[in-house]
Amino acid sequence: MATNNIPTADDLERSGFVMRRRILDRAMRVMLFLCAALSVFVTTAIVVILVRESWQFFQQVPLLEFLTGTQWTPVFADAQFGILPLLSATVQVAFLAMIIAIPLGTIMAIYLSEYAPDAVRETMKPALEMLEAVPTVVYGYFALLVMTPFLQKFIPGLAGINLLVPGIILGIMILPYVVSVSEDAMRAVPNSLREGAYALGMSRWQVALRVVVPGALSGITAAYILGMSRAVGETMVLAIAAGQNPNLTLDPREGAATITAYIVQMALGDLPHGSLAYSTIFSTGLVLFLITLLFNVIGFYLRRRFREAY
Amino acid sequence: MTQLNTVKTTSHNRNFLFKLVSFEILRVPMAFKAKPTSTQEHLMNRTILSLSLATALTTVALPAAAQEVVKVDGSSTVFPISEAMAEEFQIKTGTRVTVGLSGTGGGFKKFCRGETDVTGASRPIRDIEIELCNENGIEYIELPVAMDGLANVVHPDNDWANCMTVDELNTIWEPEAQGKIDNWNQVRDSFPDRPLRLFGAGTDSGTYDYYTFAITGTEHSSRGDFTATEDDNVTVQGVSSDVNALGFLGLAYLEENRSRLKAVAIEQEDGSCVKPTIESAGDGSYQPLARPLFMYINVERLDRPEVQAYADFMMTAENGTTLVREVGYVPLPDRAFSLGREKVANRVTGTYFSGGSEVGVSIDDLMGSSAETN
Repeated sequence: MATNNIPTADDLERSGFVMRRRILDRAMRVMLFLCAALSVFVTTAIVVILVRESWQFFQQVPLLEFLTGTQWTPVFADAQFGILPLLSATVQVAFLAMIIAIPLGTIMAIYLSEYAPDAVRETMKPALEMLEAVPTVVYGYFALLVMTPFLQKFIPGLAGINLLVPGIILGIMILPYVVSVSEDAMRAVPNSLREGAYALGMSRWQVALRVVVPGALSGITAAYILGMSRAVGETMVLAIAAGQNPNLTLDPREGAATITAYIVQMALGDLPHGSLAYSTIFSTGLVLFLITLLFNVIGFYLRRRFREAY
Repeated sequence: MTQLNTVKTTSHNRNFLFKLVSFEILRVPMAFKAKPTSTQEHLMNRTILSLSLATALTTVALPAAAQEVVKVDGSSTVFPISEAMAEEFQIKTGTRVTVGLSGTGGGFKKFCRGETDVTGASRPIRDIEIELCNENGIEYIELPVAMDGLANVVHPDNDWANCMTVDELNTIWEPEAQGKIDNWNQVRDSFPDRPLRLFGAGTDSGTYDYYTFAITGTEHSSRGDFTATEDDNVTVQGVSSDVNALGFLGLAYLEENRSRLKAVAIEQEDGSCVKPTIESAGDGSYQPLARPLFMYINVERLDRPEVQAYADFMMTAENGTTLVREVGYVPLPDRAFSLGREKVANRVTGTYFSGGSEVGVSIDDLMGSSAETN
């Protein structure tokens, strides 16, 4: 028999095997902790730097002027520091994107989750996810060189560089996120609920709308919030197709610089370190950060509020 | 160019990050069912070891590749010239030349920190930049390489803005116009009631400095509510897609896009209207928006044979005139090149201009500038 080939616990202890394992285990645990801590560290560092650099900015520009001013021209002769033009462009584009992405995304998710046969879903989902693989710079030039000239034929007064087209493109761009996250949430609704509803005589549409969607609401909201913060933070498409002109307008046919487009423009130039214009990069960055943080907090709250536990 | 590349990568990376975030939100349950057996553990150790070995190897191997490279940077306006010169030089000698695009101001900052060998400038070096160079002990040779005209451009379908005065342009661009002048009919009564959308060079470019100097009277001073970009192609795109737009850019970009843009003539003092063309910029009849373009060479780097060769290459009349004409600028007369060559050979440093642009510099003045500093 081979029994005497198996080492006993004592043997292992004596040969140092147990000790080695213990040390390795400890080392691995520390390493994993450090990896996890890195994300917290990076986030904290970013916030600290944003706040510190913005602090210098707000010592020279009153907060009220920053938040209510209607002109934004930090590097020009008549320097004005009102963030409203940038903010309104950012919000408008995100809003336009959501007008496209929310209805379209939700309908697509309902179809994929509740109606589509497996074969259709298996081809459509990867196709949709292909949209994610397109680099944003390509979307930007697509908006500028293809979509805008096309839409100019139908929409009078549409400027060559405008908010409308990047808004639409952005909506298409975040569609995969909205669809894929909300579809996953809908599929997570247990089948017993659907079967129960069918047993009560509900039609397929009623099941989808009255059982599945409410059941998956927390996930669907998460999908919207995710899409929203992506739209707010998107840079390349807007820098290319929405222009660099800080223009306070509510007309989406006009071009206007968003916060991200402004930051990218300034970061590409050669601003003297420590100048007031330089610190605008951080103060606008802070505003952007606060907006996405707000969305995430709302998302977190909504998720808890509507969470259905199965 | 490199800067643009980084932007692309970061936004691409964000896709990836967002995917991670989306997974986090969904809280994908992860269960480690199997504990690692000792063989797996050994395997893991080995992979970690080989991985660290691989990184160690690459870190050693990387810095080994050092090559003769001429580093050129600077103005976006001079960029087409630098690029053409670099390409030709590379083909003829095999020496690598890298050409960056930081704007005249950005280019001087790098140049005066010793990061580049040659920098293109669409205006003469400024006093603060001279100081920065002095601080770092960097001496430079100033070489005019071409003449350029700045062009005011509108959409081809714009049938009202054919000839404008400097005063009218000043009304549009002066700092006081900010937030006020936003309609064509505010510029001239006979202009139609149409919104005025403006495009122009960004504040880091010499194009902006020179344009503001010539039009508003103060260098680096204009309104701020227009599309300001370091990339003149953005102006081309913006103006060519909008009937109500007005923009300014370098002559080379106009020449390249004649079919998509219409140049606005400028009314001269004698009342005649002169359009920006290679001829009118060269003979000085197109005022006040014709200006010289420069290359600045770090004099110490000339001791490196490849930099000396590049300087001589630029100052060869044959290369200078054909390449400059090819990219749409006004070439200097042959005499300027032999003077420039001499200047390089004798290591004549310093600037002819007392810091700042001068309006109305013609080719003859420039040749004088090469000679006088000699």
